[in-house]
Amino acid sequence: MQELLSLAGGFQVAMSWFNLMLMLAGIVLGVIIGVLPGLGGANGVAILLPLTFSMAQQPGGTTSAIILLSCIYWGALFGGAITSILFNIPGEPWSVATTFDGFPLGQKGRAGAALTSAFTSSFFGALVGVLMITFLSPIVAKFALRFGPPEYFSVYLLTFCAFVGMSKGSPFKTIAAMMLGFALAAVGTDTVTGQLRMTFGFTSLLKGFDFLIAVIGLFGIGEILLTLEEGLEFKGANAKLNMKVVIETWKELPRYWKTSLRSAAVGCLMGIVPGGATPASFMSYGLAKKMSRDGEKFGTGMVEGVVAPETAAHAAGTSALLPMITLGVPGSPTAAVLLGGLLIWGLQPGPLLFTEKPDFVWGLIASMYLGNIVGLIVVLTCVPLFAAILRVPFSIIMPVIVVICAIGAYTVHNSMFDVWLMLVFGVMGYVFKKLNYPLAPLVLALVLGDNAENSFRQSMLDSQGSLSIFFANGLVGFITTLSLLLLFWPLISMAIDVLRGKRARTISGG
Amino acid sequence: MDQDKAVGTVRLWEIIVALSFLTVGAVVSWDSHRLGSSWGSDGPQAGYFPFYIGVFIMVSSAINLYNALRPRAATGVAFVHWGQLKLILAVLLPSILYVALIVNPWFSLGIYVPSAIFIAVFMRILGKYGWLRISAVSIGVMVAFFLMFEVWFKVPLPKGPLEAAFGFA
Repeated sequence: MQELLSLAGGFQVAMSWFNLMLMLAGIVLGVIIGVLPGLGGANGVAILLPLTFSMAQQPGGTTSAIILLSCIYWGALFGGAITSILFNIPGEPWSVATTFDGFPLGQKGRAGAALTSAFTSSFFGALVGVLMITFLSPIVAKFALRFGPPEYFSVYLLTFCAFVGMSKGSPFKTIAAMMLGFALAAVGTDTVTGQLRMTFGFTSLLKGFDFLIAVIGLFGIGEILLTLEEGLEFKGANAKLNMKVVIETWKELPRYWKTSLRSAAVGCLMGIVPGGATPASFMSYGLAKKMSRDGEKFGTGMVEGVVAPETAAHAAGTSALLPMITLGVPGSPTAAVLLGGLLIWGLQPGPLLFTEKPDFVWGLIASMYLGNIVGLIVVLTCVPLFAAILRVPFSIIMPVIVVICAIGAYTVHNSMFDVWLMLVFGVMGYVFKKLNYPLAPLVLALVLGDNAENSFRQSMLDSQGSLSIFFANGLVGFITTLSLLLLFWPLISMAIDVLRGKRARTISGG
Repeated sequence: MDQDKAVGTVRLWEIIVALSFLTVGAVVSWDSHRLGSSWGSDGPQAGYFPFYIGVFIMVSSAINLYNALRPRAATGVAFVHWGQLKLILAVLLPSILYVALIVNPWFSLGIYVPSAIFIAVFMRILGKYGWLRISAVSIGVMVAFFLMFEVWFKVPLPKGPLEAAFGFA
């Protein structure tokens, strides 16, 4: 019950008027970011991160700063559902499955029901995720205190192998993109020997590449260029949401409790594994379709078909923070940006954070509960306002977003070179997206590159260059084996498919 | 030119990207090898880890290249149509000019003025708005940003002659 006591302390931290205001501001900003094309959770948080630099220097300021940023994240998660249902534009990759039934519901004039069920299921999924974080993260953190360099490297390995194993496209494109991230992370001064790596005489490269710039460019500018292909107009269903529709939908929702629980479980399990939110939403949609009595009608506008992916996506998006705070290994690009924030504020994410900064950790966890409640209220009451943002003509929104991205890129290091880099990353993001090179592993490799390399080097020092250290004890051996299993999962699943005929394919949702 | 004219096939671009990856991988490995990619007197040398990263890039992009070269119908489709590309360039090229105007060796305008111009140009060309509305939006947005960054959050952004005239350096 230690957790409950700590959590109560966290609520005391999070419940101050200042923090509650930040929560509200974060949620509103987050929903706007989630609704706007070209801005999503990851680059939205990245752009607003520099605004917290001065805030974080005040006493207790880091907690306020993480509350602001994490609430932007929750807001962006909620916002993704709005665009999926009303405009058939998934704001985030994990909202894609929401469009399958959400958009038809909107076309049938039941947009209100679709939105209500999406928001409520998101809330439920997030709640389950936060409950898991509350009770599981202290255990994981305690466990991780015993981790040495080989254990950490094996966890990084697991992170990256999971991307390869769970990617839907070509595994070799995933590997190529990921390794490019590692290579970019290696550019600059080597922290151990002090030698310059891959700078080729350019002084601007001494500091290396900052992943925040990559995030803003790849996801922001790249996304805008992609949106331009679709033309300049957004056409969508009307967003009317009155209390009557909300209450009627709430009466309907308990019927889908099995789907909700199943999707939340899928989301939590997949969320801990990196890159899990998108597959989790597809998987739970697929499972719901298979197991529901109305499975045949999925895709024509079923409330249950909105419940399943939204619950799973939010459960996964929330639990992605579990490895971030306990191990310092983010589960998603947005979690990676939050991790970057912690590092900039001078906090070292990982098991020690729980013992050294309990106020921070439990304040954050308490704010997850509060933030999601605030979020649910905000989105339920303000949907028409947020939908109106999408009606602002593209010729105004687009240049403003480019300006915001440029300002965001500049403020990270007060460097114009970064703004140029942002444009380069933008073009890169556009081409990569079109050719199905995944961006998330690239960003995560760029974030974790230095840490992964250091833990690898230290392991190699300990073992005098023998890779057997990654199998030296049960724990590290288990994680390494699991990683390799995931890495070769595309091959293994192909083998299983061949052995079992082609039956197994439908479950995973393609 | 015809709006539906394809600019390169997916296959062509797959090949270009795979070749670029190969080059990057080769450069990474080569530079790491130069730094020393083996075991020094005090442990792994600076290029030890990146060398293998470079090798992994080369191997995976070689496989991607092979996949792209294999004749498959799906890769024969257009990468982007000329009409789409025109729109993309209509945003990308002004963006480059915009960034160049902020800070350059000759005449830096700071971030606020070029941003206002940038927004105004798009509202005029793509949105065909009247000048009154254009100036209201573009100037209003930048004044809001100015207050937010310079005044409230105390995050200084690049400033030019106009800001200097108002006493902000």
